[in-house]
Amino acid sequence: MAESHFLDEPGLPSPADPLGPLGPEAAAVAVTVAVPVMRGQTRWRLLLRRPTFGVGAGILLFWVICAIFGHAFAPDNPLAQQLLSANAAPSGSHWFGTDPLGRDVLSRVIVGARDILVITPLATVLGTIGGTALGLAMGYFGGAIDLIAGRLVEAVLAIPAVIIAFLFVVALGPSTTTLIIVIGLIFTPLIARTVRAAVLTERNLDYLSSARLLGENPVRIMFGEILPNVMPAILVEFTVRLGYAVFTVATLSFLGFGVQPPTPDWGADIAANYSGLLAGYWWQTLFPALAIASLVTAVNLITDAIEQVLNA
Amino acid sequence: MVTFLARRLGLMVLTLWIISLIVFFAGQILPGDPGRAILGPFAAKSAVQVLDTQLGVNRPLLTRYLSWVSGLLHGNMGTSYSYRTAVEPFIRAALINSVKLALLAFVIVVPLGILGGVIAALNVGRAVDRIISVTGLSLSAMPEFVTGIVLIVVFGVELKVLPVTASAGAGAGDLTQFRHLILPAIPLVFILFGYIARMARAGTIEALNSDYARTAVLKGLPRVTVIRRHILRNSLLPTITVIATQTGYLIGGLVVVETLFNYQGIGNLIFKAATAKDFPMLEAGVLVIGVVYVLATLAADLLLIALNPRLRAGGQDG
Amino acid sequence: MSSDPSTSEATGVPGIETTAPGPALEVSHMDIVYRVRGQDRLALRDVSFSIARGESYGLVGESGSGKSTVALALVRYLPRNGRVSAGTISINGQDPLSMGKSALRDLRMHTVSMVYQEPGRALNPSLRVGRQIAEVFELAGASSGEATQSAEDMLRKVQISDPGRVMRRYPHELSGGMAQRAVIAMALASSPSLLILDEPTTALDATVEAEVLDLVAALRHEFQTSVLFISHNLAVIAKMCDRVGVLYAGDLVEEGPARQVFDDPRHPYTVGLLRCIPRRGQRKDSDRLDTIPGFQPATGHTLKGCVFAPRCALAQDRCRESDPPFFEVGELRTSRCFFHDQAPDLPRATPVSVATLREHGAGEPLVVVEHLSKTFGGGVRALADIDLAIRQGETLGLVGESGSGKTTLARVLLGLTGPDPGAVVTLDGKPLSPDARRRPRETLRALQIVFQNPDSALNRRHTVRSLISRPLVRLAGLSGQALRDRLAELIASVRLEDRHLALRPGQLSGGLKQRVAIARAFGAGPEVVVCDEPTSALDVSVQAAILNLLADLQKAERVTYLFISHDLGLVRYLSDRIVVLYLGRVMEVGPAETVFAGPHHPYTEALFSAVPTLDGERPDRIRLQGEIPSAADPPSGCVFHTRCPRRLSTGVCESTEPPLLEGEPGHLTRCHIPLAELRIIQRNKSAPSQGGSL
Repeated sequence: MAESHFLDEPGLPSPADPLGPLGPEAAAVAVTVAVPVMRGQTRWRLLLRRPTFGVGAGILLFWVICAIFGHAFAPDNPLAQQLLSANAAPSGSHWFGTDPLGRDVLSRVIVGARDILVITPLATVLGTIGGTALGLAMGYFGGAIDLIAGRLVEAVLAIPAVIIAFLFVVALGPSTTTLIIVIGLIFTPLIARTVRAAVLTERNLDYLSSARLLGENPVRIMFGEILPNVMPAILVEFTVRLGYAVFTVATLSFLGFGVQPPTPDWGADIAANYSGLLAGYWWQTLFPALAIASLVTAVNLITDAIEQVLNA
Repeated sequence: MVTFLARRLGLMVLTLWIISLIVFFAGQILPGDPGRAILGPFAAKSAVQVLDTQLGVNRPLLTRYLSWVSGLLHGNMGTSYSYRTAVEPFIRAALINSVKLALLAFVIVVPLGILGGVIAALNVGRAVDRIISVTGLSLSAMPEFVTGIVLIVVFGVELKVLPVTASAGAGAGDLTQFRHLILPAIPLVFILFGYIARMARAGTIEALNSDYARTAVLKGLPRVTVIRRHILRNSLLPTITVIATQTGYLIGGLVVVETLFNYQGIGNLIFKAATAKDFPMLEAGVLVIGVVYVLATLAADLLLIALNPRLRAGGQDG
Repeated sequence: MSSDPSTSEATGVPGIETTAPGPALEVSHMDIVYRVRGQDRLALRDVSFSIARGESYGLVGESGSGKSTVALALVRYLPRNGRVSAGTISINGQDPLSMGKSALRDLRMHTVSMVYQEPGRALNPSLRVGRQIAEVFELAGASSGEATQSAEDMLRKVQISDPGRVMRRYPHELSGGMAQRAVIAMALASSPSLLILDEPTTALDATVEAEVLDLVAALRHEFQTSVLFISHNLAVIAKMCDRVGVLYAGDLVEEGPARQVFDDPRHPYTVGLLRCIPRRGQRKDSDRLDTIPGFQPATGHTLKGCVFAPRCALAQDRCRESDPPFFEVGELRTSRCFFHDQAPDLPRATPVSVATLREHGAGEPLVVVEHLSKTFGGGVRALADIDLAIRQGETLGLVGESGSGKTTLARVLLGLTGPDPGAVVTLDGKPLSPDARRRPRETLRALQIVFQNPDSALNRRHTVRSLISRPLVRLAGLSGQALRDRLAELIASVRLEDRHLALRPGQLSGGLKQRVAIARAFGAGPEVVVCDEPTSALDVSVQAAILNLLADLQKAERVTYLFISHDLGLVRYLSDRIVVLYLGRVMEVGPAETVFAGPHHPYTEALFSAVPTLDGERPDRIRLQGEIPSAADPPSGCVFHTRCPRRLSTGVCESTEPPLLEGEPGHLTRCHIPLAELRIIQRNKSAPSQGGSL
């Protein structure tokens, strides 16, 4: 029945779906036509061959390098103010121009990758761990646990992420740790929803009955039997959330709850400088915006590629 | 069927209750003395204490919660710290404004997204499909504030075709109001388009690969009829119901968009209340949003039941 | 109803009334390839056959043989990466492969119709059934009102008793049998020249299947339609078809009149296949089923020479080097084998007789069930007051159609579902906890199960080693060298190899997977093994090997089986005693031979007469009317009375539920008619020469 359909975030076509776009007959034949069953190594190779993965991974790698080594190769100190060359248009000395305080935009864009690339993976990992445990428990135990936890999940999802983030930031002060915890917390119910749906599709399979007939305890069943089978779904969910995390951090910084000035941050910089658009200082906003967009796109491309490979 | 509805409503009430708990207690743990917030940093301590007692700040937690809830149920949402008047009218006005904006966004994105998804599915693997998918992907990669800013600059400032503030001013006619809302609606459209298109595409592909699609084709029906009568009906079912659950993302987007365009919607209201530490306003606003979300998911479930014959009454006939 | 000449002229399709000669279908040297990873893989090779007007042609083969591919090619509905790379197809003189789109639609509209396996999925779930059938008439030009009326008439023709009501239903509201009838109605609505049926009754219960097959046979004559009947079930083909073609790995290896091919096969594959199926008189005590060694090559293989050579005991170098041509072995009979005259003497792969003698007389009751009922939410009574005993060392066959409760019974025994209060289930005299989670290790060890579908029963992320070792660790408490020794022993006993241990289920064939499941069930030394349709998901040739394995293991390990199956032939071969369930009640219990030979309960009688066999047409064909009633609303009195052909006119069958009475020693029936009387009635009807009805 439709009982908890709103809890089953359809999100993406199920990674366990064996029907590729060619239809059931073709899929059936294609699989049996002397193709070796996919092992981990084969999947990796397929992944690497996809152009979407290559492009996405390339961009991501670029930003990771910026995050780690940015300080080393950025042309100027991102914090150094040179008021005399404030609001300078892009030129030979400042490829991306300068901001109202005379700081080099290029340097700020490069170094701005750091915080966002520290926060997003950690937050997503936190959310994935929490979400997986919760989703497994909800899906496996069902009954009262599922009901109560489900309401809790729904309640948290009903409140916009920015509000939750704000409350935490006000309570705990804005810091990288706070952001990681908040976003991890926001993602937990989201991911739990997807994991729960994946677990439910496994519920009816007989291998779980077999496990019960061996006297296995619930923890072993959840983590030893079910978890390996829902891993593909979790993997896809992880990469999707990664993209959302970038999104969310940028938005929070824009609104003022994220990374605090003077630390370079794309969202924060846009917030600080977008009024300059009216005066024609487009570079102060455009380049950080492109940085955000490129990073999110990169993650989305990787997600897309992983999905395609898992569906094959 | 009736039992199902009753159960569903019961669960909904439970969720709402939990939301109220979260909102209330979140408000309580936040630092800040209400009396001090109202009177300002220079007021005398004694005055602050008197006000605090008047506000009932020192009562036990449970009492405060219950009185808050009972107030809500009577339509009393408390008194704003910032404005010193009832919260309720602000919320009501803001909600109406947000609904207008959200509705406009929906009216644009739903048909567009469905169309995009269906076309992509009908041309699976070909250029059209890739283009639509990648477009959806890219558009949803831009945070609303980025899109909003770009739109303001391009259409508002440079080309001067559309107004940059979302509020048309008091007494403006419907058409003018509508013009003002176009720009703010677009970032929301961008965010939702990718998701809706993807759902429609997946649903349509599944329908295309189904046995009943094969039956329809093998009957000799023309392609258009197969699509219209057999495919669409079944593929759009999951899509339409999923749209209602997009409310969550939409509301999140509203906060940003309304702030950027300075539109007096509920997202903006909550944000301003948050920065001003106006807790009664903040709590009431978040609660209202929570209620809207829960109602939207209920509507989605009801829609699903209404549209899907399999979920309506009835087991099997002999 | 049959092709209207005026319609034919309008569409240009030669109708049956015209003087167009030639067969309804002619396939000539057809090759079909699939393009996978940039390479063309051959799925069907040089297939040629034809179907005369009004003839019924059966295409038989195991999974992967390509039979469904043939059907799809005929209507030009191959998946995107498939195509006919050589040969021609001619349907009613037209070539579907070279037609334009609108001619193709015409062909599909008027000339060819297709019915396939799952009726529920073949119908659009969002449209009412009547609408979908009327659609066919509207396509032919009828108005909406006429079409609706015609649709209702069609439903009446397929023996649906209240067509008006069914018209308004949605597909999910119809039972399997009724839905398939509706699909057949839809297929015949256009009066096609050729009707293609692809496993149309595989998903249906035996009694329902019998009715649908009868319906198809009757309608075929009425509509003068030629039929292409595709199935893996040789008995069904034997019953329904005039001619048959045997497909193996994409090759048509033998062809001819059905009766002749099945009575006197002339290709080693056909011979082997027929030997895999248990026939009347074969018992596990005295015979082992023959098997076909090796595996069918996967689709798209590139073997040289005769496809079957790697598995053929008659194969010689000639067979591996060159493709055998078609040899004429009789009138309109061909065989694709160099040694077709030696085929009937094909040496057995598995020896016939069994070495050790089985000690007769099963032991004491090991598992005893009393007052077992199980009611699910919504008042669905899956089991009603069951009393049963499984004796030590025996194989108790559990027979029943859907809704009989046989799976529920197994689950309750194992502790996967809890029965209603008041039930007593004991093992060796000691009561069993209704919940497997509360049972002690010893009990869990004693009761195990082999599930029907190994894809579902084996965790696809675990290795074979892990799957088989787990019970050894958990239930037998083994570790270290003892564990490794037992593992090796188990692998050998199910005829797996060391190299399989590191693989995952996804890399194994169906038969191998089921062996893993069996090894797992036997690992810790159980006393009772429940076999729930253990071979239903497997091909015929694989099935025989698994059954032999089960029989051997029973002898070696001295286990007791509860063997659940819908396949009466298998049950007869393997079981010592049989229990027949209907709607959650025991209808009959008795020794296997007695229950099969008769006298038997009217339901058992009908069930046995419904199942097609290769042993010849039975004279007493009892057909049950209607569908199996819903367990949520069972009939009053004797639950079978609504369909019972021997219902008494006194009305006692409607009012009172009969008790389970022992009509003769060890043989109980739940019927108001005493067993002695049934013996007389049934003997009069059965054929004098045959010893029974199966």
